Amino acid sequence: MTARSDDHPAYGAPPAGGALRADVGVVRGGFDLEVRADVRAGEILAVLGPNGAGKSTLLRALAGLLPVSRGRVAVGDQTWDDADRGTFVPAVDRRVGLVFQDYRLFPHLTVLDNVAFSRHVRGGRRPDARAHAREVLGRLGIEELAGRRPGQLSGGQAQRVALARALASDPQLLLLDEPLAALDARTRLEIRTELRAYLATFGGPTLVVTHDPLEAMVLADRILVLEGGRAVQEGVPAAVARRPATEYVARLVGLNLYRGAMTDRSTGRVDLDDGGRLFAAGHDPGEGGHVVPLPATRMLVALAPTAISLYTHSPDAGSARNVWTGTVAGLELLTDRVRVAVDGTPDAIVDITPAALADLELRTGQQVWLTAKATEVTAYPAPG
Amino acid sequence: MTADGDHAPVHGRSPSAVRAVTDAGRRTPWPLGVPAAVAVAFLLLPLVGMFVLAPWRDLPRILAETQAVEALRLSLVTASVTTVISVVVGVPLAWVLARSRARAIRLLRALVTLPLVLPPVVGGVALLLAYGRNGIAGRWLYDWTGYQIPFTTAAVVVAQTFVAMPFLVVTVEGALRSADAGLEEAAATLGARPVTTFRRVTLPLVAPSLAAGAVLCWARALGEFGATITFAGNLPGVTQAMPSAVYRAFETDPQAAVALSLVLLTVSVAVLVLLRDRWLRPGAGL
Repeated sequence: MTARSDDHPAYGAPPAGGALRADVGVVRGGFDLEVRADVRAGEILAVLGPNGAGKSTLLRALAGLLPVSRGRVAVGDQTWDDADRGTFVPAVDRRVGLVFQDYRLFPHLTVLDNVAFSRHVRGGRRPDARAHAREVLGRLGIEELAGRRPGQLSGGQAQRVALARALASDPQLLLLDEPLAALDARTRLEIRTELRAYLATFGGPTLVVTHDPLEAMVLADRILVLEGGRAVQEGVPAAVARRPATEYVARLVGLNLYRGAMTDRSTGRVDLDDGGRLFAAGHDPGEGGHVVPLPATRMLVALAPTAISLYTHSPDAGSARNVWTGTVAGLELLTDRVRVAVDGTPDAIVDITPAALADLELRTGQQVWLTAKATEVTAYPAPG
Repeated sequence: MTADGDHAPVHGRSPSAVRAVTDAGRRTPWPLGVPAAVAVAFLLLPLVGMFVLAPWRDLPRILAETQAVEALRLSLVTASVTTVISVVVGVPLAWVLARSRARAIRLLRALVTLPLVLPPVVGGVALLLAYGRNGIAGRWLYDWTGYQIPFTTAAVVVAQTFVAMPFLVVTVEGALRSADAGLEEAAATLGARPVTTFRRVTLPLVAPSLAAGAVLCWARALGEFGATITFAGNLPGVTQAMPSAVYRAFETDPQAAVALSLVLLTVSVAVLVLLRDRWLRPGAGL
């Protein structure tokens, strides 16, 4: 039986090439999301944020599974959502490929028919839909899975099939919800690099939702950090990693982050809000290189845990311009180093080698001295 | 299934030691075993009695004399028609009950499943008051067309459907409820409209439960007596299905009643066995 439906537009690939322009507000229960996301055709935007930041809500709104309360969603020259005009194109009429976190493959259909599903239900003849599905599977290098059922696939294979199914629906916008979250650590490593190459085969805008900064850095051209329903930072991966805008991002990328005001531009002195001060030689005037109006500009200061030296005795006056003291609050063994949490002004996370830990005989509550070169301290204007 | 035959020697233990351990773990404690045995005996003895005391020698003659063949044919036809009707309107009803978020749905579900607990005779009376010649709906039907449902073969189907359809609805609704709504969402993002999604995704997923529900419905219709005899009567060849035939025979010739019962039992068991392997799995709802 062929599914023919009269009210569908003719099936076939619409020209993918339109950019996504979304500026939406969604209110759901006590939560509200206000975010603007523009993604060019061929560009991959990662939406990075903790659980409950509104990432999935954004994805569902873009997919048409959830109407927006405010704003507009447009892809190319088509408007999918316009709250002011009451325009809402439901998911079924949007050309959107959504790869669900749990894949949601149809268990009663073979891989081939899963991938052929969209073209078939949009009015394509079954042989045509299957031929196209085979071609997409071939493009992703998984043709040999065509005859299997989803129950017979490994996690990594199911992930590829889900992507194939989304790509085979001729989408104008590709959405991926935590694409690697359901995989075990080893498979994730393997798929991560592959996925980037697969996504490059899609010419339209792509949006990847993730809570994993590494995933965002590897997959995306640009990262949008979402916290509490608001975009807190947006930029290329390197900029987000080097100059995190919030504690959440800093923690994700493994940096100490402080807020403060620059009180002396010539020395790069920043007085921190929570006490203490740091000298930053590497202070950065910000994007565009314009002169930062000083003094008392709101600044963020980033300091890598590996750039801090830790002593159990007051260090000799060295070249380090930042010297302060604190007490050991906790020790955590990471794979190749030991992370020491130090309470002081300011607090700091310090990474040392396991050998150093043995030499120093650190205990919780012990007094320690910390030093950091000013060249290791990066200061940049706080956003907003 | 059980892990029978799982007696391979385990590292560091003799096979007999392993067996002793597993057997001890599997032994039924007597406070449960004794009542269970009583229950089994209670359920099986009537069947044994029927087989032991059945008039095997006179069976062909009795079946030929009574309207057994006619009644059996009527039973099979009406039960099958009932099942088809129940599937056609019951599955959509199950879908509405499973997917609607309206508050009134809870009340509707209670009403729809009422025939499950209602004594069938009461159901028959209610059917007369609704579709009988003076019933609230039957009156109009009679005035407009001169047709009346009670005491026709159609009445047998009506009575059976009233009693049996809820079995199908409840079974399918349970399956739809536990079916993954996420798959329907996925189908929507792939461009499938709700009816297409229902046909190509949801229905195949609940097929085992639908089959189980249909068998339950069919079996219940086959055994329907109370509502049928009240609403449709007991006219040989027209409304006399097997249960009614057994009842009629019992008043005059108990031996014939036993013979007819054997036929009904055989049919029921045969259908169950035939469908069991193909459709019914543990967990399918039957």
